[in-house]
Amino acid sequence: MRRVATVLALGAMAAGVAACGAEVETSDTTSGGAETTASEPTGSGDGTLTISNWDAYTPKGLIPGFEKETGVKVKLAKHATNEDIMGKLEASGGSGYDIVFVSGQFAEALHKRGWAAEIDHSKIPNLKNLYPEANELPYDPGNQYSVPYTWGTTGICYRSDLVPEKPTSWNDLLDPAPENEGKVTMLATDRWLMLPALKALGYSANTTDEGELEEARDLLLKTKDQLLAYDDTTFYSKLVSGEANLVEAWDGWCNYGIAEDDRIEFVVPEEGSDLWADTMVVLESSPNKDEAFEFINYVLRPESGQGIVDLLTYNTPNQAAMEQLDPKLKKQFPNLGIPPETLLEQENLRDLGDAQPTWTRIVTEITS
Amino acid sequence: MLLVVPVGLILAYSLFRRGTYGGVVYELNLDNFERLFDPIYLDVVWFSVRVAVEATAVSLLIGYPAAWFIATRPRKWRTVLLVVVVLPFWTSLLIRTYAWMVLLNDQGLVNEALTGIGIVDEPVKLLYNEFSIVLGLVYGYLPLMILPLYAAIERLSPELREAATDLGASGWRAFLTVTLPLTRTGVVAGCLFVFVPSLGNFIVPDLLGGGRQSMVGNLIQVQFLKARDWPFGATLALAVIALMTIVLVVQARTMARDRREGVADA
Repeated sequence: MRRVATVLALGAMAAGVAACGAEVETSDTTSGGAETTASEPTGSGDGTLTISNWDAYTPKGLIPGFEKETGVKVKLAKHATNEDIMGKLEASGGSGYDIVFVSGQFAEALHKRGWAAEIDHSKIPNLKNLYPEANELPYDPGNQYSVPYTWGTTGICYRSDLVPEKPTSWNDLLDPAPENEGKVTMLATDRWLMLPALKALGYSANTTDEGELEEARDLLLKTKDQLLAYDDTTFYSKLVSGEANLVEAWDGWCNYGIAEDDRIEFVVPEEGSDLWADTMVVLESSPNKDEAFEFINYVLRPESGQGIVDLLTYNTPNQAAMEQLDPKLKKQFPNLGIPPETLLEQENLRDLGDAQPTWTRIVTEITS
Repeated sequence: MLLVVPVGLILAYSLFRRGTYGGVVYELNLDNFERLFDPIYLDVVWFSVRVAVEATAVSLLIGYPAAWFIATRPRKWRTVLLVVVVLPFWTSLLIRTYAWMVLLNDQGLVNEALTGIGIVDEPVKLLYNEFSIVLGLVYGYLPLMILPLYAAIERLSPELREAATDLGASGWRAFLTVTLPLTRTGVVAGCLFVFVPSLGNFIVPDLLGGGRQSMVGNLIQVQFLKARDWPFGATLALAVIALMTIVLVVQARTMARDRREGVADA
């Protein structure tokens, strides 16, 4: 019945259920079908919190539990991608929500635009539950304007029974063995599309040097012939169905594949990778900052953190939650055992600033 | 107003530039128009036009007989068949496009059937190429071809055809000299309805094309969302609008000429 499961999984995903640690490229604004935003968000100042998170990225009991305990009402809006919510904030001048969930490099951009409020650490005592490493994330050292929710890295997710040799390097993906030709996918979003080539060449994942980017482009253009597709959303299904042998994947999304087929494994290539974090940002325009900090404090409880891991099978920077995790879960999903030191060895993604147009042009050259 | 204001805004944005962290810096300049003439964008435009033309042609070839078939059924069947034609619109194109991925992949139902009956030994590559993009567009927009054609064919009185055949024209000749010219409004409308959204679609090339080949719609979407470069996105959108306007003007001219010659409406 694996096929039925795949169909269901695809359907669910198309509906935006499988929100992603980094970003899902499924936003559908032209055909008007998959917009999942809740009713018009308003930051009213009457103590009702308006929060926007990725769809299916909030554990079920979290918000009812918070409402019951504090009496604060929460309106949950949903976005499909970082770009989605950034577009909305761009259009409204950074208002309309009290808390938004975005990846670290976008939190950085929100801060640089002046839209992120300073986090009042005295109002969030549960910040002590975070790993010390989670205070050193380069996009926001000391968590001054964002608080990490989940984190992880990017690597190669592969079918151990189909690949001739276990992959160890990004080159196994970029220059696949003959058995893997045409059975490889790479992530489609610019930052991760470039990551394997930049790392294989020994460059920074945040490079702004045009020469380095062009070198990476030439490498990726060679890989394109061996590639099945650029895919941000269904790569793990392609592994499960055997359409692909190895794929570039976020650790948490590889777990979705492992849940369906335990012959799927994950490796962080030896050249290193990125460290991504999904964060909570309180907007400067929010009239309910105290309630917003209270909400973040609630999310940082160990029980809340466990709920997040149970739902997403992502790592969370909440040490208290990770230490109390069901060992069975860690056994099924070895990625949940990646220690924070290992994550911190990877390169943190940063906002590209003025180099973004150059990146976009180079990525367009690859995909045209 | 509803149409003019957004286009005016697009024009205005195209004259500004992106800030370091996204957003718009209100400094008048024409740099975006210079960036437009980068050969990579022209390549993408050319590819999009080709794919949209292919999708339109295939839709016409399927849509015309289908519309004809529906229009010549008894009245109560026509309604049922028309409902069937528009039924897919009740579900988002995104979800239906994912369904095609399930059907067409190497282990998909189509390939399983083909290898099952022994037509081919190896699965055929049906996905992630130009074929699958055109297929996805045809599937998505075929109803928009059938509906105007149906309207045109249904209006046609069968006596005209009968008269033509009575006067000695073969069935094919009667079609070419009588039916086709009289349904030309429907043909042109249907072609536009398929061509225009095909050119701007970005979901189908992303999913069924495997993201390997960008189309104009992808370029614009990427500029607005991923690059957060609204000014350049606006410039690209403006270029597409200009292209569409040319197509529409040509169409309007043709229709006006037809009317003068008295062939558009019998």
